[in-house]
Amino acid sequence: MADKGLYTKRLDGRKNDELRPIKAEVGVIPNADGSALFAHGDTLAIAAVYGPKPLHPQHLQKPDRGIIRASYNMLPFSVTERARPGPSRRSKEISMVTENALSAVVNLKKFPGTVIDVEILILQANASTRCAGINAAAMALAHAGIEMKELVASVSIGKIDKTIVADITKAEEDYHEGEGPTDIPFTLTSRGNMITHLQLDGKIQTSRLMETYDAAIAACKKINEYQERALKGEKIDENVKKK
Amino acid sequence: MDTDEKNTQNTEVEQTSEASEADNLTKKERRLVVPGEVIVSANDHLPGDYTRNEDGEIIANRYGLAEIGKIVKVIPISGIYEPRRGNTVIGRVEDVMFSGWVIDVGGPYRAFLPLMECPRFVDKFNMTEFAAVGDAMNVKVWSVKKGSVDLSLKSRGLGKLEGGRIIKINPHKVPRVIGKEGSMINLIKDDTQTEITVGQNGYIWIKGSEEGEKKAEDAINLIERESASDGLTSKVEKFLGVK
Repeated sequence: MADKGLYTKRLDGRKNDELRPIKAEVGVIPNADGSALFAHGDTLAIAAVYGPKPLHPQHLQKPDRGIIRASYNMLPFSVTERARPGPSRRSKEISMVTENALSAVVNLKKFPGTVIDVEILILQANASTRCAGINAAAMALAHAGIEMKELVASVSIGKIDKTIVADITKAEEDYHEGEGPTDIPFTLTSRGNMITHLQLDGKIQTSRLMETYDAAIAACKKINEYQERALKGEKIDENVKKK
Repeated sequence: MDTDEKNTQNTEVEQTSEASEADNLTKKERRLVVPGEVIVSANDHLPGDYTRNEDGEIIANRYGLAEIGKIVKVIPISGIYEPRRGNTVIGRVEDVMFSGWVIDVGGPYRAFLPLMECPRFVDKFNMTEFAAVGDAMNVKVWSVKKGSVDLSLKSRGLGKLEGGRIIKINPHKVPRVIGKEGSMINLIKDDTQTEITVGQNGYIWIKGSEEGEKKAEDAINLIERESASDGLTSKVEKFLGVK
């Protein structure tokens, strides 16, 4: 019989493939061209989209296409120890991967020389903030009437000791027994399940990587359903329902 | 008395138009779609605006209302203004150049009004005399080329807008603000005793008394908010206090 490892029961009692309670809504920022809110449990992100609009300084313009300029930031009160506001090494990295994750599905050829600004703010953090940010940004882009081939959904799959789990929390990220924690954020397109973003923090056997991809497909499919429902006017808040 | 009579006439026009719109809805099915969503099978339909044919299915490329006829298209409900030749728009002067004015009309690109397109004589060395930075203008889109929009003043009713205020609404809701044959906008104009010009870019110029301008602005914002609901005319009438 295969060794199941130490982490057989999740810290918050969820099933291995179960997501945290989702919150999703569009139109939360009336002044933006498009906006959305997305939360995985305690991780809460909002995104606002402005544009396409003229891009300055001019040397950043691309003559054959527009660009996406994502900006990810955590608010000072989003974590227990005050997060210093402004760009950091971490926030610049996440802004870049978000740009790449979204650019793959957006029709940027339509307005050459322009920019689409995507502002992402984390109001509250409990791991997977980049995933919540990308999920909110994808909804905000659609809400802003930007031409897109399809939506993207993002989830962080974890390998905690030997167990593969979906949508990990901070407590799971800090589980250091056995093989320890591995965090793999995936962003998949809604129709083709194509990967537009994949990171890996920790270590994993090559033989098990495909298992995480399958888990990501299942989780992103669920997230995509929430995104669609929210875009069609529903205000989703699963925290309220369970109380 | 006179205005009362006008109002009743206008509402009749609006009611009949709403009835005919309802007929259209039953004739052609419309539903809200998100990017990447399958609208119908491509066997009996052809892809139109903002849709594509992929593996025998018609897929939405944009968030909006899908209209399913012989040709399937998505009608945008959000997003920035896309300039089209012949549109009458309202803009603000952003800069005065050697041979014309740069005008912000809200699209993805800056628009340019050449000195040559000005119908009356303007001193080349004192162009601010005609229009300075910050002035509002009613202009026509003369040509839309890749990455540039040219404007003209050579048409009836175009020119500088003196005084008043400019508000911005979602450009896709402009038809609702105007109503069938201008019924809605005339209702507001008559009640608030204001002059109103609606640009197809969603910029609206209002001039009248302080209270009249405020009331007209609130009425237009009401239309923008409630544009999807039934009996819009009666809601606006109720807000204005007509009858």
